[in-house]
Amino acid sequence: MKGILRFGRYQMVLPFAQNDNTIMYINYESIIGLEIHVELKTKSKMFCGCYADWFGKSPNSNTCPVCLGLPGALPVTNKKAVEWCVLLGIALNCEIPEFSKFDRKNYFYPDLAKGYQISQYDKPFAINGSLEINTNQLINQSTNKPINATMKQLNNETMKKKIRIRRVHLEEDTGKLLHDVVGGKRVSLIDFNRSGVPLVEIVTEPDIRSSEEARIFLKKLYQIIRCIGISDADMEKGSLRIEPNISVRETSLRASVKQSLSAQTDIKIATSPSAPRNDTNDLPSYKVEVKNINSFSFTRKAIDFEIARHIDLLNHGETPIQETRGWDEKKGITYSQRSKEEAHDYRYFPEPDIPPIRWAESQISNFKLQIPELPNVKLARFMKDYQLSEYDAIILTDEKETAEYFEKTISLKDTPGVAGVQGFPGGGEIGIIPKTIANWIINKKADINKVSPEKLLKLIADQTQRSIIPDDELEKVIKKILLENPRAMADYKSGKENVLMFLLGQVMRGVKGKSNAEDIKQKLKLLLNLYPDV
Amino acid sequence: MKVAVIKIVTSSIIKHIAQLANLDLSDEELKSMSPQFSSILNLVSKIKKLDTTNVSETSQVTGQENVFREDEVDSKRILTQEEALSNAKNKHNGYFVVDAIFEE
Amino acid sequence: MLADKSISEIARAFRDKEFSSEDLVKECLANIEKYNPQINAFITKIDKDIVLSEARQKDRQGFAGKSLLFGIPYVLKDSYVTRGIMTTAASNVLKNYLPQYDATVYCKLKETGAILLGKMNMDAWGHGGSSENTDFSPVHNPWDLTRVAGGSSGGPAAAIAARMCLFAIGEDTGGSIRNPAAWCNITGLKVSYGRVSRYGCIAYASSFDTVGPMAKSAEDCAIILETIAGHDMYDGTSSKNEVPRYSQKLATPIKNVTVGMPEEFFQKGLDREIKKAIETAVEKLQKLGVKSKVISLPMIEYGIPVYYLIGPSETSSNLARYDGIRYGETRSNFTGETMRRIMIGTYALSAGYYDAYYKKAQKARTLFIREYEKALNECDVILMPVNPTPPTKIGELINDPVQNLLADIYTVSQNPVGVPSLAIPCGFTKSGLPIGMQLVGKMFAEEKLLQVGYAYQQMNSWHNQKPKLTP
Repeated sequence: MKGILRFGRYQMVLPFAQNDNTIMYINYESIIGLEIHVELKTKSKMFCGCYADWFGKSPNSNTCPVCLGLPGALPVTNKKAVEWCVLLGIALNCEIPEFSKFDRKNYFYPDLAKGYQISQYDKPFAINGSLEINTNQLINQSTNKPINATMKQLNNETMKKKIRIRRVHLEEDTGKLLHDVVGGKRVSLIDFNRSGVPLVEIVTEPDIRSSEEARIFLKKLYQIIRCIGISDADMEKGSLRIEPNISVRETSLRASVKQSLSAQTDIKIATSPSAPRNDTNDLPSYKVEVKNINSFSFTRKAIDFEIARHIDLLNHGETPIQETRGWDEKKGITYSQRSKEEAHDYRYFPEPDIPPIRWAESQISNFKLQIPELPNVKLARFMKDYQLSEYDAIILTDEKETAEYFEKTISLKDTPGVAGVQGFPGGGEIGIIPKTIANWIINKKADINKVSPEKLLKLIADQTQRSIIPDDELEKVIKKILLENPRAMADYKSGKENVLMFLLGQVMRGVKGKSNAEDIKQKLKLLLNLYPDV
Repeated sequence: MKVAVIKIVTSSIIKHIAQLANLDLSDEELKSMSPQFSSILNLVSKIKKLDTTNVSETSQVTGQENVFREDEVDSKRILTQEEALSNAKNKHNGYFVVDAIFEE
Repeated sequence: MLADKSISEIARAFRDKEFSSEDLVKECLANIEKYNPQINAFITKIDKDIVLSEARQKDRQGFAGKSLLFGIPYVLKDSYVTRGIMTTAASNVLKNYLPQYDATVYCKLKETGAILLGKMNMDAWGHGGSSENTDFSPVHNPWDLTRVAGGSSGGPAAAIAARMCLFAIGEDTGGSIRNPAAWCNITGLKVSYGRVSRYGCIAYASSFDTVGPMAKSAEDCAIILETIAGHDMYDGTSSKNEVPRYSQKLATPIKNVTVGMPEEFFQKGLDREIKKAIETAVEKLQKLGVKSKVISLPMIEYGIPVYYLIGPSETSSNLARYDGIRYGETRSNFTGETMRRIMIGTYALSAGYYDAYYKKAQKARTLFIREYEKALNECDVILMPVNPTPPTKIGELINDPVQNLLADIYTVSQNPVGVPSLAIPCGFTKSGLPIGMQLVGKMFAEEKLLQVGYAYQQMNSWHNQKPKLTP
């Protein structure tokens, strides 16, 4: 691919010059929307009493007249599944319409027992939501390539981006197909154990502009799903499946830059004439859907593969075909599935077997109360309550378990006796601040899966105790260092505060690490101020 | 008084509808279906005359809303593998079998 | 004949040991053997020995404290699934299908001790009004074997008329209980939508389908209804309304009841003899103190379009499960009539036509509901014909798809609305063919309909007439 990736926008330098010193550019922008299917971990299926946990059971041993689509069987809605779908909608900042209903989506496929899927068409449980993601860690400034951002590159001014959620609705899963050869004949085998398992579908607006944004969005969504506890979202079992739809559009057709042809390789992408657009008004005339991807990294790869493919086609003056494609994870490519020229005609109509759903306002506010603290709320609270940097807070709140461990440790730190060893009755007294605990967890100084919060506090207390040298000793060392570095002192006095770090390093070396940076810093500042200006 | 014009549904539409309905009709069947289909359609098309301005649709008459079941396993209704497969013509190792479908 | 008696008379006789369940079942089996070959009411007959041993078992158990239906032989339209008993919906698609579960209505009747004799012929999937659209040969009308029995529950109606059983469970989507009841001179009740569980009833059009009793009289229907009605956790559309003891309140005087006669239902297209018979019936009701008045249901002309858009739309989806994979034969086994309905429904739901057909019909449905509401505020019960003509000759309707549809004109508009309707015999044509009328009431007003029907049947004996059959 010739394009240079930048924030999901691509700039192609065309190999011809228009006139003397004008180069033609076509800037491409990828437009990505996601459909995500999540199997709920209810006890029973969506419309019958078979086990929702279908995984690993012998084939067709978890079916009943309803989910096997026997004549005369009728669906009855699982209350919990509906509530969980609404909860997810609320967690994704959606509106919860007062009125909802189920519809039949009609199509034929051997794994679809009834010849229709009970789904929701025009009255889903949740609409018009959004999810905010951080996007500025996406780019490596020197290579202009998306990178698997390390959190260290985050600063406090992370760039937020809202990905709009079009809808969150509830439906039922299909059976599962296997492909095999039986008696020398190629056949497909069907297992209906999964048929009728509750499935939530989340549909975003096409607001995503790169595979990396997609990955970050999915990660965040995954956290929320886990946080509210409605699904294992176990991608290996296929309980979270992703269908990106991708298209690429030109953002500015003829941006000309006065440069000599020979200098074209030096043209910095930073001068890209197209401002990022968020409008979705003039979307490309096509989009390609990639079906059933079951990992975040495959999603990223599939999207990148598609973008490159589309750009290549567009460069040759072709428009990619609107189609559904599969993802070959071994080869790392997408492939055309059924290029059914006829658009699907699902003939949706209201499911006559299920009365509609209407929420009272009180029910909706009640749902809102059931939402646990979501990752972004937790993050803000960690920064505020524990005086942590965003970087620290993001890492600690990334996994629910880590956050819980951290808070448990915090809650114990001032309990007399817990961290109290060798004359330190309580952690607080030896100055274990949240930041210290956070550092231990973040730097993996102890394995939180093996070390209990109590044990962690003891370890911290031990080391703190060991590392401390008496105050007067520290002062002596500092004074010595200051006298050895008059230049640094002068710089500090003239306002170059960054020399403080240099001095801190010297002192640390001087005390052989037997103090902590915070104490040294305090003492350094104090003593520096005691010395007369030079 | 207007004379009703019988709308003939083209065989290509009939073919498309048959495809959607998963009915494998022979050319002959498609041909014979066409006039019947058209005359029935003509009969029901009368509904177009009805003024339904500002009328909402009714899709069921239960008068009920929010009919749910609790999230409980109903093990007495679960079929054994043998029962589930008991009416299937093609089965193999506990699976239903169909001719190969190419996907994935 | 024992089978001429009412269910309550038989129950009393059982208790008094005048005759046994075995005696009654034997008589029914004999009638089946004699008359079914001419009538073709059955698709599946339960093995004689099984049925007789069941009857003997009931006799041994005794009848004290038991339901009135205990030991009473009955039949099911073949649209109800019965575990291990072949169930076809009269279609070759299900020609060898052995269901893995039982319909709720069958469970209830089993529990109550009624004895199932067989599964009955019908229009395949309920698609028809003459029981000719069947893969098991048409049902012949016991009153004239050259004529149809009506449909789609033609088998059950003919079997009751020929005294092959005491009652039947039919299924009514657009007249399928009422139409054959009227043409076979029996009593049939289309219940309010949701009154009886549909679980295990092979769906034709889900939002129209109702499960109801067919028997000789309103009284018998009341006894059956109070057994089969009620909420079912397996049917989310079944009503939680309490089930009245219909049979206890049958004798409630009807003198303050107002009967409305919709003028549009008595105009062109209605056979003169039928019109006359119904007018005579009204006069009789008036003698009981019933007031009658002319009302208007002007939307009747849209009944057929609404029914033939929504019904096929739903059926196109309901019949999608028959793909021959998990059970049954391939879709090429559907009859022409059924394929047509699937096609019309698919068309009405498809992109580009949805608004003009399906959606429009659902709007018209709202107007029908309003119209019936208005009419039923002006009167307690609407009285109208069931069929525009007496039973047709076999072959007449099935070969003319459009005429076939029009034959349902009086019965198709109640199902989209959901209201109950009781069809009762009210006379005969000069040539001796049965005539029926229907009483339509408010939602869940079955009690009222049964009271009027009961009162009417107390003062005449149309419903006791039976066809003269020779083996």
